[in-house]
Amino acid sequence: MITKRIIPCLDIKNGRTVKGINFVNLRDAGDPVELASIYAKTGADELVFLDISATEERRKTLADLVLKIAENINIPFTVGGGISSIEDVAVLLKNGADKISVNSSAIKNPTLINELSGKFGNQCITVAIDAKEIDGEWIVHLVGGKVPTDLKLFEWAKEVEKRGAGEILFTSMNNDGTKKGFANEALARLSTEVNIPIIASGGAGNIQDFADTFIKGKADAALAASVFHFEEIKIPELKTTLQKQGISMRID
Amino acid sequence: MKIVIIDYGAGNIQSIQFAIERIGYNSILSNDPDIIKNADKVIFPGVGEASSAMAKLIESGLHILLPTLKQPVLGICLGMQLMCNKTEEGDTEGLHIFDVDIKKFTTNVKVPQIGWNTIKNLESPLFSNVKEESYVYLVHSYYASLCKDTVAKTNYGIEYTTALSKNNFYGTQFHPEKSSDIGEQILRNFLEL
Repeated sequence: MITKRIIPCLDIKNGRTVKGINFVNLRDAGDPVELASIYAKTGADELVFLDISATEERRKTLADLVLKIAENINIPFTVGGGISSIEDVAVLLKNGADKISVNSSAIKNPTLINELSGKFGNQCITVAIDAKEIDGEWIVHLVGGKVPTDLKLFEWAKEVEKRGAGEILFTSMNNDGTKKGFANEALARLSTEVNIPIIASGGAGNIQDFADTFIKGKADAALAASVFHFEEIKIPELKTTLQKQGISMRID
Repeated sequence: MKIVIIDYGAGNIQSIQFAIERIGYNSILSNDPDIIKNADKVIFPGVGEASSAMAKLIESGLHILLPTLKQPVLGICLGMQLMCNKTEEGDTEGLHIFDVDIKKFTTNVKVPQIGWNTIKNLESPLFSNVKEESYVYLVHSYYASLCKDTVAKTNYGIEYTTALSKNNFYGTQFHPEKSSDIGEQILRNFLEL
């Protein structure tokens, strides 16, 4: 049986991790490769690297980092942040990324999704959607969740599936940073509206939050950052506990 | 040992090359028929859409060479699928090495399948020191049915083939280069055939 996936997310700026990392066994807390290797060894099913650099050398720095990650880890990883062209994607995939994720660039230019999935296959195109529930309506937001758009979550999700997205990474801005659990109602509805895998993001605080998002939210994967980076939740314990609750987990 | 990864513009070749390095071997990337013919082991990768990958293979002329190779050949993911008779994806004719067709998942499952699933009924030296029900990483929308060349099965709505073997030809639907330590063991087994 296919397992549910646990995905730590690393924010990257100029080739280094940015979000507070507080890992006991880490020699260099800013080194994404070292952190990624630890996650790979301790049972992460996949990793997401989100680049938030704003410099001119951004593309080259990221491409170099992707090459180093691919050299050192033996699990799949996704790269996102500022990707807006076929050329960007070609370099990242060539250097060893398994999937790329697009967000704002897909909202501004939805045909980008068609072009990317046509050229590289839909299996490597993740569309990230940041949305916020406002007066009972889930509204898609741009620029890391700062700017509201006219798009509604469920309609946009169906559109990106139709255009060739292979997977959706849904971040609820209402839940992100709260540590009070994932947006399970919206997630469950997403799973009935589209037939591609859904990654839940935003709100992980404890182990039960993960169980809830897999059972109530029907998510295929759950992504989190700080609870892992601060070792508030350890992946081996998380996976064993979830498995005891009947959730399918990869435990070697 | 000369290990050649076929470079025809349709594969995650960098990751395969790194995985081979991690287990202690060097490999070269090539689309030169002479280099491929003289290799000890040949890896045939593939990622993306079937008809365009097949078109690239035909463009390189390697579609003629590949089925005639005598050394161990390992097709990975779309590489494996192209070694079969034909695939529904883009209505593409394959290399007819494995006598099975590739179809799209249609049962009540999410497509593509993305993630970790188990392999069972392991019947090949590819799987020495690999336990039944080991986890491997899969990402695909099309699958090979069960057939006489099946040497590993997986369940995703239906039971289907996750590895094939016939004479010197091998194929895995999963990505050994991304399947953690188990994947590296399977790659090592292939290189040490």
